[in-house]
Amino acid sequence: MILRRPSFWLILIVSASFIYLPLRGQNVPLREDLILVAVAIILASNLNLMIGYTGYVNFGHIVFYGLGGYIGLYLTTVRGWNLVLAALTAGVAVSFLALLFGLGILRLRGAYFALATIGVLQAVQAFVMNFDPWGRSTGMYLSFTSYQPWGGATRALWIDYYLIIGIMALSLILSLGIKISKFGLGLFAIRENEDAAAVLGVNTTLFKAIIYSVSAFLPAVAGALMFFKNGMIDPFVAFEFMLSLEGIVMLMLGGQGSVTGAALGAGMYEWLRSFLLTSPKLSDFQLVIAGGLLLVVVLFAPGGLIGWVYRLVPRSRGVIE
Amino acid sequence: MTPLLEVRGVSKRFGGLLAVSNVSFNLNRGEILGLIGPNGAGKTTLFNVVNGVYGQIEEGSISFDGHDITGISPHKVVHLGLARTHQIVQPLNDMSVLDNVTVGACFGREYLSLSAARAVARQVLEQVGMESRASLVARSLTIAGKKRLEVARALAANPKLLLLDEVLAGLNPTEIAQMIELVRSIRDRGVSVFMIEHLMQAVMNLSDRIVVLSFGQKLAEGPPEKVARDPLVIEAYLGDPNIAERLMEKN
Repeated sequence: MILRRPSFWLILIVSASFIYLPLRGQNVPLREDLILVAVAIILASNLNLMIGYTGYVNFGHIVFYGLGGYIGLYLTTVRGWNLVLAALTAGVAVSFLALLFGLGILRLRGAYFALATIGVLQAVQAFVMNFDPWGRSTGMYLSFTSYQPWGGATRALWIDYYLIIGIMALSLILSLGIKISKFGLGLFAIRENEDAAAVLGVNTTLFKAIIYSVSAFLPAVAGALMFFKNGMIDPFVAFEFMLSLEGIVMLMLGGQGSVTGAALGAGMYEWLRSFLLTSPKLSDFQLVIAGGLLLVVVLFAPGGLIGWVYRLVPRSRGVIE
Repeated sequence: MTPLLEVRGVSKRFGGLLAVSNVSFNLNRGEILGLIGPNGAGKTTLFNVVNGVYGQIEEGSISFDGHDITGISPHKVVHLGLARTHQIVQPLNDMSVLDNVTVGACFGREYLSLSAARAVARQVLEQVGMESRASLVARSLTIAGKKRLEVARALAANPKLLLLDEVLAGLNPTEIAQMIELVRSIRDRGVSVFMIEHLMQAVMNLSDRIVVLSFGQKLAEGPPEKVARDPLVIEAYLGDPNIAERLMEKN
């Protein structure tokens, strides 16, 4: 039972403090910092379902976030839908699309799969850049009236923030729930040895397609919420390859396959980035330092922070999920 | 009673190489059937054909326990009750021994829930004498341990038929004796066994019947003493006309 897991309660406590801290004194700058951390955690922990749980490296994970943003913004602005309904619709639509993509590209393994995911990202970006209803290369802007049903822009942005924190909590609970389930055990078997997993009775094709689709859902919802907050979207910010890579770096940093690792990695990376970007001397070297850090992690702590803790204290394996 | 496994005229081709050519045989319920033959005879290929690793095959049909299993995928074959081990061990390296066996129980014939599968996995580990190593990571096991783990994982699926691919290779004499005992105890619990083995003494003593393959074709089939005296088998594989007497001596 998930309720008996300490990690479950930890997720709730962290999420509650994400809501409480900026709310105290209406601290908008803190809220804007935390929203980036929350989105990083959402992206990293859903990416973890593919990379850490199933062993399939997805370089194009950001495509789900961007598509979710587009569908969400289109539905709220052009169609005048309610934000929550638009975000959920974006999630369902993108998941369905991922299922279709997945049934195609999940026949590939290893590096070939990774390359195909870059292909999906590029293809979707190229499509959107030529898609008239979504404003081609210039993208779309949110009409200010979309904030009205929520009692004005200020209030709408706070509500949007709570929704994103909610999605963050759901992402972590989803990761934990899958990790301790039979479905998760099947995924881990696929990660360790796909052929052996099939011979042991795991329906590998089905499992991979489901997890690829599931890993698309919450990032798409988060994309819809995030671009609603930003008020604009274009194909370059929506499908930024760099952001996809950074998701992988976060996982490597924190420890792939671990719920805590994905969250910690996302938090640490986001913190490091904001520190570097705002530091006058280092801001130009942000990516150089991130790259160097990745190199050090891969060479000296291939399991990331959590893997390192597991090695130091083997008994922690059963405690830290 | 109908045979548990019926293989009819099966052929498998890799490009220009006919790895298995028109092979037919039956495996009866409750029996241990040995499969022997020189290296490259197509023994493992035949296993892979039977449990569906290759998907569709060129010719022939396979039926198991009343179901036609020709060309169906490996996971469905397991659900029907046919499990196997690998010649080259394939542990789920980064998972514990218990989790490895739990996977077998979870996705096996009964498709158990996680908690029920854990319980079955503990029982099976006890049966194969690995209960003290349950929490170790699979990669840390010795070769003998990994072979045992292969058997445990397959057993956890609660199969009607177990395919054992050279479980004795690479083991020392003590380990071999333990493994032979294990195979006997598996059969005594009502599981039929189909085993590839190079260790002649073991296979002659364990098997009720033996099938001999050479260059993809079935050379002989029958009780161990008959097969060991078959001139064709002696020429293709055993080499020594007096080998039968020595092999049949109980140790």
